[in-house]
Amino acid sequence: MKPYHISIDGQAVPYQPGQTIMEAATAAGIYIPHLCHNPEFKPHGSCKLCTVKVNGRSAAACTMPAGEGQEIQNNTPELNATRRAITRMLFVEGNHICPGCEKTGNCQLQAVGYYVGMLDTHYPHFFPTRRVDASHPDVMLDLDRCIVCELCVRASRDVDGKNVFGLAGRGLQTRLVVNSASGLLKDTDFSAGDKAAQVCPVGAILIKRKGYEVPIGERIFDHHTIGEVSLEHDQAVLGADHG
Amino acid sequence: MANKLKVATTSLAGCFGCHMSLLDIDERLLDLCEVAEFDRSPLTDIKHCSETVDIGLIEGGLCNAENVHTLREFRKHCRILVGVGACALNGGIPALRNHIPLQECLEEAYLHGVGVEDAQVPNDPELPLLLSKVHPIHEVVKVDYFLPGCPPSADVFWKFLTDVAAGKEPELPYELVHYD
Repeated sequence: MKPYHISIDGQAVPYQPGQTIMEAATAAGIYIPHLCHNPEFKPHGSCKLCTVKVNGRSAAACTMPAGEGQEIQNNTPELNATRRAITRMLFVEGNHICPGCEKTGNCQLQAVGYYVGMLDTHYPHFFPTRRVDASHPDVMLDLDRCIVCELCVRASRDVDGKNVFGLAGRGLQTRLVVNSASGLLKDTDFSAGDKAAQVCPVGAILIKRKGYEVPIGERIFDHHTIGEVSLEHDQAVLGADHG
Repeated sequence: MANKLKVATTSLAGCFGCHMSLLDIDERLLDLCEVAEFDRSPLTDIKHCSETVDIGLIEGGLCNAENVHTLREFRKHCRILVGVGACALNGGIPALRNHIPLQECLEEAYLHGVGVEDAQVPNDPELPLLLSKVHPIHEVVKVDYFLPGCPPSADVFWKFLTDVAAGKEPELPYELVHYD
């Protein structure tokens, strides 16, 4: 097959027609920060954390197809500053009080914050009032931490075949909703074993009676950057796909 | 040393855990005292800053009018103001009350709480007025550096202070940066 290449930060990266920039980068061992993207699901392109410059224009690496002649900038001070700003905005738009969250240490939003050098949140906090749904016997839904990545929506729809979750509203009013007449999780056929219960990158969907199971110092991001963890996961998924 | 760094510390709406973590640098405090001296701090019991302080370490967020006053005074006197810990950074645990109306918080604590006797909401004029929400400090003053963590570890304080004392731009390695 004819070899196709794009250039990422000056490095020639091979790609197959039909691959996105993110997929080509991942296969080549190049980490592009992302939150709403998970190669197990169809790209969503909502968080914009994976924004790269393609021939000088901004594009989401998770949705942009790789193509001949693309000169891509990824790991630059400007793009990383933008990613820091996006991460800060995600923090101030929700109620991300890390010391009070079970997901801490295993949270991808937090880990992206570490990765992009976020030491403060910079912007005024919204402190929104959001719903906590503890009605389900095995799963807790705390929308304070939802970043509207739609991973649970995609997992429930595409893998579990249940359509438990959806997004409602637009812009700042966009929010995760539960597909039941009461709007409560207990009135759905959701189960803790569902894929949708496992994919939340933050602490919005938590399995009950599992909190703080792994002690501080032994959690995922205590010793590994999100770059390392993410590449390992995403490469394994892509490898499985191609195998 | 002729020109030691003057370091002031204070606590706003926090638990003093960050101060405990500062003390946790243990015997390295002796090394630190070679290059730095404490100014205003609960550790020295000095109540107000000298005219000019080199580094002001401030833990806690803003939950009442006195916190805002203290923060502004601190900012005025500190050449480098450092927000220390999750509460200073984003309100932290005290900010968990932000989605509950203040009146409800007070009533739950002082009127309807378990074991409350002689129920009454405190109303002494000497008590500082509560803010309706807890806020991080960067929403009120310019903050030069942040040391995240709940609390930041002793090594974070040590790295930051020794970097400044050495005239270097303070930098925290990955292992030391935690939001929890």
